[in-house]
This record gives sequence, structure tokens and C-alpha cells, in this order.
Amino acid sequence: MADSVLFYFFATIAVVGAVLTVTRRNAVHSAIFLVTSLLATAGIFLQLRAEFLFIVQIILYVGGIMVLFVFVIMLVNLDVALQQIQFARQKWVALIVALALAGQVGVMFWSTGKMPGQGFRPAAAAAGLPPNSEAVAKSLFSTYLLPFEIASVLLLVAMIGAVVMAKKRT
Amino acid sequence: MLSIEHYLFLGLALFVIGVIGVITRRNVIVVLMSIELILNAVNINLVAFSRLYGDVVGQVFALFIIADAAAEAAVGLGIIIAFFRNRETVLADEMDLLKW
Repeated sequence: MADSVLFYFFATIAVVGAVLTVTRRNAVHSAIFLVTSLLATAGIFLQLRAEFLFIVQIILYVGGIMVLFVFVIMLVNLDVALQQIQFARQKWVALIVALALAGQVGVMFWSTGKMPGQGFRPAAAAAGLPPNSEAVAKSLFSTYLLPFEIASVLLLVAMIGAVVMAKKRT
Repeated sequence: MLSIEHYLFLGLALFVIGVIGVITRRNVIVVLMSIELILNAVNINLVAFSRLYGDVVGQVFALFIIADAAAEAAVGLGIIIAFFRNRETVLADEMDLLKW
């Protein structure tokens, strides 16, 4: 009961925040509503008992990435851009693409429900994960050690690339 | 736990909203924010399946996706700053240097 109340609460906030993110005129407002949506998603993670991801989502997304976004919005002055049309004339393309994607996923749901033994029903329902951060760390540093190191190289490359591109040419 | 379909439909809704944002907005910064929405929707699916199967691997992949999102945001915003310095615009349909 508490689970479903929490889920619907956070899901509503996440979807409303996402809709406002793509419809607001001012980019700063978009950023604020994106923060709302990301925080609600963090709540969904907590409701799914993924405590480590909950913390990572708040610290990294809301505390790191969104601050970067707000910095860039402040750097590029938007007073001129605000007066102009905010939406490209591609409403119908967007509608068709969205409907196609939604239909595709809908067909997938429908067909998995039809096949016997093929639905989303695992044999042994999760009785509960071990302590979350510990389990994530064990998996991350044993089975997925190589992808972890590659991700660190990726972050280094991205950091250097961002500095080089944003640097003033002399 | 609620049925997995709840989480899949939430992820689908966020994904579709993000796609609409990517296609319709002219401001490149908002387009990047919509991409963050899309990546976030994928994370919800991964964590929901991780919970369903009692396996922590989905959460590890969600971590990698968050790291990718950080790298993508840093590089994308660097490109936007460099472009803004040259052309004084952040609108996607005025970025037509290669068009003639």
C-alpha cells in the first residue's frame, strides 16, 4: 500500500516535471523542472530499494550535471533567444515518432503477456537484495572491473575535451 | 513490489516526452536536457528489472549510464559554448554552417 502510494506520488511528479521541462519557454525554468523530475526519479529508485543509486542520482545528476547546465545557460545570454520562436515546426514529425515508439513498446508488452511462461515473472521473486551499497560495490569491483576502468578513461577524455573546446582561442 | 509494468510505463512516458523535446525544441541546451530525460527513463527500467530479478547488475549498468550522461553533458555543453562564441546563437536551426 505504502509502496504504491509512493510510486504514484513520485511518478506523477516525474512526468509533470518532464512535460514542463520540454514546454517551458525559458531555459532556466526548464532546468528547474528537470531538477524536479530527476529528484522524483531518485525517489522511485529509493522505492525500488536501490539506495546507492538514489544517493548517486542526487549528488551527481542534481548536484553536478544540472549545476553545469545552469552555468552554461548563464554563460550564453538568452535574452535575444527568448523573443524568438522556441519550437521548430516539427510538431507532426515529433508526434509520429513518439506514437511509433509508444506503439512498438505497447506491442512488446502485449506479446510478452500472451506467451506462456515468457512474461515478466521470474521463477524466484526477489526476496530482498543484500545490503545495497555492498552488493553494488562487490559487483562493480569484481565482475565489472574492466568496464569501470573504461568508464574512468571516458570521463577523463570528456573532461579534457570539454576544457579544450570551451577554451578561448588565442 | 508493484508489478513491473508500472515502472515500464513510467519509463516509456519519460522516454517519449524526452524524444518529443529533442525533436521539437530549437534551443540546443533544452535538447541536451531532453537527452538527460531519455537516459533517466532507461535507468528506471534497469533498476526496476534489477529489483524484479533480485540481481544487482541492473543497478551497476545504471551507474555506467549516469557516468555516460555526465560525459555527454560536459562535452555537449563545451561544444555549445564554443559554437556560441563563433555564431552568437544557441538555436538548432541556425547551426547551418555545413549547409548551402
